Amino acid sequence: MSDISHASDVFTAGADALAEARRHQRIQQRRARISAILRYAVLLGVGLVMLYPLIWLVGASFKTNAEIFANPGFIPREPTTEGYVQGWETSTPYTFGRFFWNSFLIILPKTIGTAISCTMVAYGFARFDFPLKKLLFTSVIAILLLPNVVTRIPQYILFRELGWLDSFLPLWVPSAMAGDAFFVFMLVQFLRAIPDDMEQAARVDGCNSWQTLLFVVVPMLAPALISVCLFQFMWTMNDFLGPLIYISSVDKYPVSLALKLSIDTTEAFEWNRILAMSVLTITPALAVFFMAQKYFIEGISAGGIKG
Amino acid sequence: MARLQLRNLEKVYGGAFKAVHGINLDVEEGEFMVLVGPSGCAKSTTLRMIAGLEEVTAGEIRIGERIVNTLEPGKRGIAMVFQNYALYPHMKVRTNLAFGLRIGGASKAEAAKAVEEVAKILEIEPLLDRLPKQLSGGQAQRVALGRALIKKPDVFLFDEPLSNLDAKLRASMRVRITDLHKRLKREGMASTVVYVTHDQTEAMTMGDRICVMKDGHIMQVATPKELYEQPANLFVAGFIGSPEMNVIEGHVDGGAFRTGGQLIQLGEALTSRLSARPERAALGIRPQHLTLATGINGALSAQLRGVEFMGHEVYLHALLDGREVTTVASAAEFERMDRSLDTIRLLPEAANMHIFDRDSGRNVSLRAQG
Repeated sequence: MSDISHASDVFTAGADALAEARRHQRIQQRRARISAILRYAVLLGVGLVMLYPLIWLVGASFKTNAEIFANPGFIPREPTTEGYVQGWETSTPYTFGRFFWNSFLIILPKTIGTAISCTMVAYGFARFDFPLKKLLFTSVIAILLLPNVVTRIPQYILFRELGWLDSFLPLWVPSAMAGDAFFVFMLVQFLRAIPDDMEQAARVDGCNSWQTLLFVVVPMLAPALISVCLFQFMWTMNDFLGPLIYISSVDKYPVSLALKLSIDTTEAFEWNRILAMSVLTITPALAVFFMAQKYFIEGISAGGIKG
Repeated sequence: MARLQLRNLEKVYGGAFKAVHGINLDVEEGEFMVLVGPSGCAKSTTLRMIAGLEEVTAGEIRIGERIVNTLEPGKRGIAMVFQNYALYPHMKVRTNLAFGLRIGGASKAEAAKAVEEVAKILEIEPLLDRLPKQLSGGQAQRVALGRALIKKPDVFLFDEPLSNLDAKLRASMRVRITDLHKRLKREGMASTVVYVTHDQTEAMTMGDRICVMKDGHIMQVATPKELYEQPANLFVAGFIGSPEMNVIEGHVDGGAFRTGGQLIQLGEALTSRLSARPERAALGIRPQHLTLATGINGALSAQLRGVEFMGHEVYLHALLDGREVTTVASAAEFERMDRSLDTIRLLPEAANMHIFDRDSGRNVSLRAQG
């Protein structure tokens, strides 16, 4: 008899424990759900705050000039493409197309030049021993830490002596000669993380240093190189000061200067034109970024440099 | 196919650390030479110097009739298999295999034909269109082997190629590589091999000859059998063979070896072979040659400390005058043993004993070569 009552005690205790465990599990699930909702709400809120200016910009570019100041919301009441049409024409003899072309003429050689030259320099630093290597690499890091402003005047004088003022050359030649220490550093870090066995295998296979670089190192470096190109593309597209200093003829203005131009020359600012052209200006950078987002992040994180 | 010679080869790092101390080694045409030693013994450095991946500080490397010291790796007539395969990650297996030939100036058609041949030998035809990351360890290893094979080099260099594989695969790759070597040799193709490993089983099973290294010195170069039976010094004696050779310290006393309170009869043959009678001597005997004795005559007594059951045999660890010794008994013998006793009696086989000089480590009881 006592055995039976004992068994039933055990059974009840077991059932209690089970119910308790279930209740505990339910509480935990509810907590997880609430925390997820909170998390997403905060993220959404902060994201919206960050994105609002951009959304407003796009909305406002479709408004009439009068509405921009009258209507604080971002959805235009009477959408119009007037801003785009007139903005494209500009107040100069050139259309905005010309300025985009100018930007392209700076960006293309600069990006390609940076990719090639920085790869070569980084490969040298990461894989070869040569006299004064430490000193030279230290100077690369020193350049990285040096504020740009410091070199501006000497550079200006140098380019003036070379007769390069009012041309695109000062804007891309230094970068195409591995002048951007940041990219050299980034690629060196990336290369250091790649084991050199493959390069040794290539040497045993009969490659010289250049062939090793081209056939083995560059393909492995691709994610980092894509990041370098993207960074360079975006920074150059957004660069205002460089063109402002070196370029004086309107027909050579890149988009960053051209935007400023529309503010300078009109008496009453045609804000909708400026905003419309701003939208066009950021479009290429945004498009390229979204297309290459995967490599971009891969390149940065693998290189050990967090943006 | 060519002979490889190292003459007084030295490697000094940073002007201070001497990694390789003027070693001399001859690898005959078609020979499978294994460099073996504990980590840090400079076996890999030596191999990398032969490959040309490491500069030679002093000495000479000769492949065939050429001194190759300053030649680029690609011009030395060598091919190398790396420990972690080092396949080019962005190229398909087919391109990986053909890469060396193409760099060397072979036409696309020639390279493709060679790839087919090698793929057939190594049975990797179905893998040709895969990327290295889609291969298992064993498959990647075969591709790496193929990449070396396709170049038909004078000398093959292997740098611990099996250490990343699991035990089972390692055993099968071992057989595959030795078979391949024999086959190439039969067909009169390139087959001089230098193979680096830290695994003595690999060394013993694969090598025609083995070169045992320690701290940048060569300790002994010999066939596996000779290395096992006639170790030139204490290091080789301890390094080759598993379980390790027992080393009992003491001194030679007439025709016997005295250790603590016990005497071990050396026998006529061994005594007459002794080239010296060192003050501080050590008697070396493999566990297999230290048998469990039933009688008392000539047997040593030792305190049993532990038993390792290996299946077909049993390792018995015992203390002989305070020094640990190991003996191997068959499972049947172990069954018959009186396990109630702490003391076991061990009978060393005189024919398989070695006497070492403890100061120089040298074996003073080597048989005359013949």
